[in-house]
Amino acid sequence: MIRFDAVTKEFPDGTVAVDDLSLTAPTGKITVLVGPSGCGKTTSLRMVNRMIEPTRGSIALDGQDTGRMDQAELRRGIGYVIQHAGLFPHRTVLDNIGTVPRLLGWDKKKVRDRSRELLERVGLDARLGDRYPTQLSGGQQQRVGVARALAADPPVMLMDEPFSAVDPIVRDQLQDEFLRLQDELGKTIIFVTHDIDEAIKLGDQVAVLRVGGTLAQVAEPAYLLAHPADDFVADFVGRDRGYRSLQFQEAPRLPLRSEPTVTLGETPATDAAWLLVVDDRRHPLGWVEPGRIGGRGVQDADLHRGGTVARSGGSLRGALDAALSSPARRGVIVDDSGELVGTVLAHEVLDAIEDTDRPERDEGDPVHGGAVAVAGDEA
Amino acid sequence: MNILFEWFGDPANWSGADGIGQRLWEHLWYTAVTMLVASAVALPLGLWVGHTGRGRWLVTLANSARAVPTLGLLLAASLWLGPKLPGDFAYTVPSIAVLAILAVPPLLAGAYGGIDSVDGAARDAAYGVGMRGRQVLWQVEVPNALPLMLSGVRSAVLQVVATATIAAIPGLGGLGRFIIDGIALADYGQAGGGALLVAVLAVLLEGILALLQRRLVSPGLTGRAVGGSRNDDDSAGPEESADPTVDLRTSV
Amino acid sequence: MDWLAAHWRDVLDLAGNHLYLAGVPLVVGLVLAVPLGWAAKRWDRSYLAIITGAGLLYTIPSLALFVVMPLIIGTQILDPINVVVAMSVYTVALLARTVADGLKAVPDHVEQSATAMGYKGVRRLFGVELPLAVPVIAAGLRVAAVSNVSIVTVASVVGVPQLGNLFIDGFNRVIWAELVTGIVATVVLALALDALIVVGSRLLTPWRTAGGGAA
Repeated sequence: MIRFDAVTKEFPDGTVAVDDLSLTAPTGKITVLVGPSGCGKTTSLRMVNRMIEPTRGSIALDGQDTGRMDQAELRRGIGYVIQHAGLFPHRTVLDNIGTVPRLLGWDKKKVRDRSRELLERVGLDARLGDRYPTQLSGGQQQRVGVARALAADPPVMLMDEPFSAVDPIVRDQLQDEFLRLQDELGKTIIFVTHDIDEAIKLGDQVAVLRVGGTLAQVAEPAYLLAHPADDFVADFVGRDRGYRSLQFQEAPRLPLRSEPTVTLGETPATDAAWLLVVDDRRHPLGWVEPGRIGGRGVQDADLHRGGTVARSGGSLRGALDAALSSPARRGVIVDDSGELVGTVLAHEVLDAIEDTDRPERDEGDPVHGGAVAVAGDEA
Repeated sequence: MNILFEWFGDPANWSGADGIGQRLWEHLWYTAVTMLVASAVALPLGLWVGHTGRGRWLVTLANSARAVPTLGLLLAASLWLGPKLPGDFAYTVPSIAVLAILAVPPLLAGAYGGIDSVDGAARDAAYGVGMRGRQVLWQVEVPNALPLMLSGVRSAVLQVVATATIAAIPGLGGLGRFIIDGIALADYGQAGGGALLVAVLAVLLEGILALLQRRLVSPGLTGRAVGGSRNDDDSAGPEESADPTVDLRTSV
Repeated sequence: MDWLAAHWRDVLDLAGNHLYLAGVPLVVGLVLAVPLGWAAKRWDRSYLAIITGAGLLYTIPSLALFVVMPLIIGTQILDPINVVVAMSVYTVALLARTVADGLKAVPDHVEQSATAMGYKGVRRLFGVELPLAVPVIAAGLRVAAVSNVSIVTVASVVGVPQLGNLFIDGFNRVIWAELVTGIVATVVLALALDALIVVGSRLLTPWRTAGGGAA
């Protein structure tokens, strides 16, 4: 657990980057700091490993005041990932990953084995280990940056806009893998971003900071979307917040209807307007219009692939989007293995939405009300 | 051209106290001593300025020394110190002192510029993973500064070789003697031969140092790293690392 | 001061010679370096060849080049033209790389939009690329000017009179005033040329000083 206690950072030129910040990042969770530029989110992050020293207040790591620890040792115990990865250009990928274990004095073989293991863990080919950073793409460099931060298995990770310098598709990929990795590792993470979508996707709790370095609100994402503390947060969270909040609502009991299907090569035996095409494992491929095919076998070129597919037991957002995007107006629902379960109509999803509860508003404390509860937090 | 062949062809010119062998040896010896003295002062200073960011004015000051004419400085130093020193020291000490002073600016600029050009993100990460100041300097900054530092060393060596030649005017030994004595005696074979030897020496030293630099600098910095393109998950690769250049040259 | 009062005409004469020996190569060198630098930028393979060749030429010590030059171009050893040619060689060697790097530093989008508007070849070079490369080229020219002024003093050894004569004569006859005058005059000349180039480059690039832009 990382705890900011009334932390203020004033730079020598008089600008106040962080103003009286009190915040707790619970153990094993991802806390995202988000806000416009100049809100002090990076400064706050960098005060945790004392890359920047607070002017007032204190930061405690599992109850220990970081201000009293040896700077270098403190940092060796905290994984640190930055925007442009900051890999050492003169060292190979493996040597980059092994940096902290070597600083800690591990023996060579152990460092090497651990570095290889991490290379694989972050989804990189073992052959990349002997390359140099300039030979890697931006996304690959960022993965190596994450691997380097994880090398000595620190319980705490600080991540400063780690995915913002890569293109959107890669970013999405990296985010998904990051969440998968966090599921396995359960680190205590503080993550800085200026992108509210990234914050909501990744954060167990999200802290919105405003320019001038004050905390506007800290809450779980669903709570944040449902009950922004003020106009600034509401504005920052954005327009589609109603729709986006559906992603935190599970869709347990949608009235699924069974759907007649056809496989490729088969001739449709119906004159329905739309027919769902699946492969031999019953994974949906797309929709066809039997009326236009005219009595021959379904070909690949006949498929309409516009519809998204939602996972049964997934979010209401996924289910609604599947219904809205389907050319047949019937949203395709699959199970965890990707096999067709049935279809659902948009109004049925909407009915389900009306039955859900919104996160309950904490009237007493609009700023901290929706934060993740911390065990043993008596103050 | 014939006079050159004649001079090189005469075995008497190759041996003895004023033969080619001896003069070449002297030239190399002056160069080595000068480089040792100048490096011992300038490299640590450059690293310190680069690492701490303090005392940048030293680099500016050293660079502005370019405008002072080498020959004038050599002659003034010899005229001032020469009479106060016994025997050969009257020639060697003032000249080598001036040579060393002139070698400082490129060494200083190279060391400082090298450290200064280290990628800010890499430096940030070095501190962030828990390196201490010295570890950052030796494990990250110096290896990354090597290309520019060694460029500075190369410039300095060339400059010392060239200036040592000119130092024959106030009486220093080395290959410059052939040129100065040759002109004084109107023996253009000797002058031209000496000039050719100096030129070849300079080019050879440059070649050797360039090879040495290739060996010392990490392949990750030179773009010569082995194998493969980067093609996997995105196209947002880093821009090609250009050969970093800083003009380190002072006049010779 | 007494010495200077008695000899200021000689000093001015020598300074004039010095300016000629250092200045003409500067102009010649720049004129030759532009096409070389352009070629180096245009073709990657020529870049390496030109940069390496220039580096090699720059490696040759000045005294050696002054002495060898007559053997190469067939002039008399005491001819001032040797010094002018040798200095031009140094200037080209230094500036070819500078011009190439200056042209390379012109932002891609600027070049592309110039091309899109119909600029091409020599017109694009002189109309768009060179003007934008002026700051980089001027920086190289300043280095060349200052080093030329210093190197030219060595020409005294091969009998070409300029300010360096004051060093040698002052040294040989132990006249400190003459030696110091020589050094100071050389430094002043170098700084004057340097200042001239700075002013010239400002005049050629008014956009850099306009409206609070960093100069």
